[in-house]
Amino acid sequence: MKILAFAEQRGAKFKKSSLETVRAGRTLADQLGAEFAALVAGSGVEGPAAELATYGAEKILVVDQPDLSRHSSTAIARVIATVAAEEKFDVLLLSASQMGKDISPRVAAKLQAGLAADCTALTIENGDLIATRPVYAGKALVDVKVTTPVKVFTLRPNVFTATAGEGKAQIVKRTVPLTPEDFGTVVTEVKVASGRPDVTEADIIVSGGRGMKGPENFTLIEQLADVLGAAVGASRAVVDAGWRPHTEQVGQTGKTVSPTLYVACGISGAVQHLAGMSSSRYIVAVNKDKDAPIFQIADYGIVGDVLEVLPELTQQMKQALGK
Amino acid sequence: MKVAVCVNHVPDTETKVKVGSDNLTIDKTGVNFMLSPYDEFGVEEGLRLRDKFKGEVIVLSLGPESHKETLRKALAMGADKAVLLRDDATRDSYGVAVGLAAELQKLAPDVILFGKQSIDYDNAQVGTIVAELLGLPSVAVVVKMDVQDGKVVCDREIEGGHEVVETKLPAVFLAQKGLNEPRYPSLKGIMAAKTKPIEEKPAAPAEPQVQTIRMRKPPGKSAGRIVGTDKSAVPELIRLLHEEAKII
Repeated sequence: MKILAFAEQRGAKFKKSSLETVRAGRTLADQLGAEFAALVAGSGVEGPAAELATYGAEKILVVDQPDLSRHSSTAIARVIATVAAEEKFDVLLLSASQMGKDISPRVAAKLQAGLAADCTALTIENGDLIATRPVYAGKALVDVKVTTPVKVFTLRPNVFTATAGEGKAQIVKRTVPLTPEDFGTVVTEVKVASGRPDVTEADIIVSGGRGMKGPENFTLIEQLADVLGAAVGASRAVVDAGWRPHTEQVGQTGKTVSPTLYVACGISGAVQHLAGMSSSRYIVAVNKDKDAPIFQIADYGIVGDVLEVLPELTQQMKQALGK
Repeated sequence: MKVAVCVNHVPDTETKVKVGSDNLTIDKTGVNFMLSPYDEFGVEEGLRLRDKFKGEVIVLSLGPESHKETLRKALAMGADKAVLLRDDATRDSYGVAVGLAAELQKLAPDVILFGKQSIDYDNAQVGTIVAELLGLPSVAVVVKMDVQDGKVVCDREIEGGHEVVETKLPAVFLAQKGLNEPRYPSLKGIMAAKTKPIEEKPAAPAEPQVQTIRMRKPPGKSAGRIVGTDKSAVPELIRLLHEEAKII
């Protein structure tokens, strides 16, 4: 068996979720006694690719060509499918990042492979590779088996661990000829919004709801987030009210998140919100209603006025962290 | 301009999910179903494109008879035609995509819209597989689209920002919240939708490539402790995060 992990990059930099994917591929290959390689595609990526050895890639396939200088999901899908088919890989792993989710269905369709998306675990059960994936925004889990000869999996960011270690890799350069038809879409510009991490990638999220009383009070959320290096999240109610951008929305019609720490401020905990964040490792809730559903899943709760508690928490956190 | 919008009929977001007796799907007893929220942004965008460029909006859904309810909602919002590709079996994303692609091939729309994902199985695959099967470009997680002379410039959401993506029609677009503000069906729209026919034909989907072995509830989180009732609890909270949780 041969396993391939696609390590996405932007501007020749790997995202943490790419490193998680490579490490997960290594772990799976060890369990199955399989061959393992990582794949990097882009322009000017050959140098940075060597970093993947640290995450367990003993072989790194590098497709470094000028026509990939601007990201094109259709072209990258062609590159991955071509390499996977030529080298006869049986299992493909990608991150379930925005890029991975865009590319993977195309790669799977090209390879006539089934795709299990946004997996939170890969296990071996009676010799079968079983993927666990949350459905209904995490209200339930399904264990699935891909039944096609070639199998594609995308892995949810922030769930698998990107452990670095010692490692040396053989770098193998490949070229994939592309035609203008392969560039069905082209990215012409990348606009970065704020300096804070995205909720799907953050280790810590400080999230606010209706209990914040008004959009102006979200500065209290932002201040704590900045002390903790955290992302800012929001409930559906405050996004629908126009207090916060929808990119911050956590829940069933927003993002499903699994940070190490989720601080819920003035969030009562609607079913659709809890679904999106209950897989967080630790949950802190501050809410004045002691019967709020959020307290049923919170590890630590303060039943009190969030507008009073938050500034105090920020202040003392600053001292505790020596900032 | 011919616009096709593919929609799904899903349990509403307030649903408390219970695993069904088959241990493979949810227990649908007492569950309300609705037009999948992201698909609703797709319908709205379709209507706006039609109003701007003239033409028609056709909504399609693949599934059982009950999907007509969601098609009716899209008609009430203002879609011109609806097609139910009737299929009573449980399908995976690929199966649904094959069935939709077969019909879309015949319709040959200029613009095909989907929601960025259906909020039941959260696969976020069907739209892009359809694009691949039809040999069309696709843009996922679109929050803005600007169509001019067959060229489309989109803003698509990525982690911590946006990408500007260019493509040409015909193409597939996957709508994200923020693309527009979906209209409420007017009373006139609701009345008109009752008389608009829904064309029903057998779907031609594919067999599954991904098989569900079991469905289960996620390991439950239980209530922890209430540290205090005002800001005097902050030092204790910080101590717990530091010494017990060891995260700061």
